[in-house]
Amino acid sequence: MMTATAQQTGATVMTNVEAVRSTLHDALVRDDRVLIMGEDVGARGNVFLITKGFLEEFGAERIIDTPLAEASIVGVAIGMAMEGLRPIAEIQFADFIYPAFNQIVGEAAKTRYRSNGDYTCPMVIRTPYGGGVRGALSHSVSIEALFYHVPGLTILAPSTPADIKGLLNAAIECPDPVLFLEHKKTYRSVKGEVPSGYYTIPIGKADVKKTGTQVTVVSYGYNLHQALDAANRLEAEGISVEVIDLRSIRPMDKTTILASVRKTRKLLIIHEDNKFGGIGAEISAMVAEEALFDLDAPIRRLCGPDVPAMGYALTLEEEFMTSTEQMVDAMRDLARF
Amino acid sequence: MAKTTTAHGHELDRAGLSDDQLVAMLRNMLLQRQLDNRGFQLNRQGKIPFALGSEGHEAVQAGAAMAFARGRDVLVPYYRDLGLALGVGMTPFEILSSLFARDTDRNGGRQFPNHYTNKDLGVASISSIIAGHCTHAVGIAAAFKYRRESGRAVISPTGEGATSQGEWHESVNYAAVHELPVVFLVENNEWAISTPQSMQMKVANVADKAAGYGIPGVVCDGFSPIATYRAMHEALERARSGGGPSIVEAKCYRYLSHSTDDDDRTYRSRDDIEAHRKLDPVPRFEAVLIDAGVLDAAAAKALRQDVLRETNEATDAAEAQAYPTPQSLYTNVVAGDYRPWQEFDS
Repeated sequence: MMTATAQQTGATVMTNVEAVRSTLHDALVRDDRVLIMGEDVGARGNVFLITKGFLEEFGAERIIDTPLAEASIVGVAIGMAMEGLRPIAEIQFADFIYPAFNQIVGEAAKTRYRSNGDYTCPMVIRTPYGGGVRGALSHSVSIEALFYHVPGLTILAPSTPADIKGLLNAAIECPDPVLFLEHKKTYRSVKGEVPSGYYTIPIGKADVKKTGTQVTVVSYGYNLHQALDAANRLEAEGISVEVIDLRSIRPMDKTTILASVRKTRKLLIIHEDNKFGGIGAEISAMVAEEALFDLDAPIRRLCGPDVPAMGYALTLEEEFMTSTEQMVDAMRDLARF
Repeated sequence: MAKTTTAHGHELDRAGLSDDQLVAMLRNMLLQRQLDNRGFQLNRQGKIPFALGSEGHEAVQAGAAMAFARGRDVLVPYYRDLGLALGVGMTPFEILSSLFARDTDRNGGRQFPNHYTNKDLGVASISSIIAGHCTHAVGIAAAFKYRRESGRAVISPTGEGATSQGEWHESVNYAAVHELPVVFLVENNEWAISTPQSMQMKVANVADKAAGYGIPGVVCDGFSPIATYRAMHEALERARSGGGPSIVEAKCYRYLSHSTDDDDRTYRSRDDIEAHRKLDPVPRFEAVLIDAGVLDAAAAKALRQDVLRETNEATDAAEAQAYPTPQSLYTNVVAGDYRPWQEFDS
């Protein structure tokens, strides 16, 4: 549930991309330590128009068009954070984050640890990820598994406008580095009510988006919305599926997952990132360690295939992406197991 | 510019530095040499697992540190910056606590020696990954500019090998484009472990690269603390007054192996080292100051003895400290109590 930390005076319906934009805008208004920096965030207003108009409103000192170099986008933001600012660094597409890997893993995630708390790194790295948008090999990847192994990093992947607002606010407040993942396909396809006023959602807390009794589904990102569609379809067949939106990938919510699994006794994990070594592997291991004898069926994972990325051709993209029908089938199979 | 006539009739170009400042630079250099030796000795005695020396860099670092404005500037050092750390206010006890990995080390015994941190003094924490921290220096400078804190600048030192790194290039380029108050000090000691400068770059001077960024680049004599001070003072003053970044290349030499784990006999001739020993900045600067009448031989000897005493006392004091507790391994991962799996009262 959302935690209201300020008055809520109603709600507005907006898309995911509008929620990102509006939350960033309010953060810039609220706190002059907040800066936005990245490629084409200024005059262009970001390639998804998230920062459109920000340059005019907040000026080039706060909306910084950087040179085309991801390592320094993150690295310069780290220096700003060490010096007391609250930079929000944007990596234009998650696929472009690899040049900044050292800065995220070797530097940002270890700043507090290596200095034993002398220096800290309160910064947000925002990046659009995920496929289903004809993004081909280098505009469609999921990167969470590459980073979720790293202590010191927080990784968030909210999927609804209200969650985006609450978790992006939490990320900006967070005294440590946060990797904030936004699924591109949900940017304009997902709409929802967003409470007015400032609020945060606790980092590390999942959300039960649909209650059910026979199968637990854990998902996030675009897949989460497909899973909800699939679960709703199965209601007509009398199959009751509970859908948990992970929202926070590091840390993850043990309490919500275990409570649900102990109720339904069946677990299906769905993510777009490939299966081997993915988030689902860690969830599976945790459930096996904590609740093996509460299960009535083997844990099942429905994930992207183990190929480097989805292709540009529609046939290749569709083959990579898990369809809602595949989710319906997997949920039904598990319910009947 | 104040000049002192030497005993031989030469004038000492002291770059505006007072006698006290000149002697402070000499003391810093003597202390660097003593602490460097101490690190290697302790390693050979089996008391510490690792040490790095900056022998040959003493003049560069004493000069650069003298140009640092305490309480305003920030130093983002690299791992061969003992003299800069001392020169901006860190103590031999802090250095030895790091060498011994005791809990009095500000890093809590986590980092390799020479990876200092001291936020109160403006010494930024670094990793061992070459040139990654240069981007942080730029970010700190960007924060100064954003907050309109003129009169503040950042020193971002590296060796010459680091200038091969993409992140060094990105840092200089970013600072140049945004006209940020940072000085990229390149302590060119000719060697990156076993790789000579000629295998790192095609240009004769790192400072030549400055043209590619549209910023000033100068070469200075890294065997002279006064020459390095002058170059750094000028570059820092320009940065502090809104004139943007620059590159200062101080030509020096690395007399020791890369670290206690390296053996330079496998890649470097003894003749090369001996030729550079003739330029040894520590006895040379001592002689210059005696020659100029800034201090006499007895005072110089007393200074050396004082530095040895301070090193010995710091060694004993640091060695007597406790190791960090095993439980401290788990602290300061993030703020508060961190667990990758969160549990809530449901």
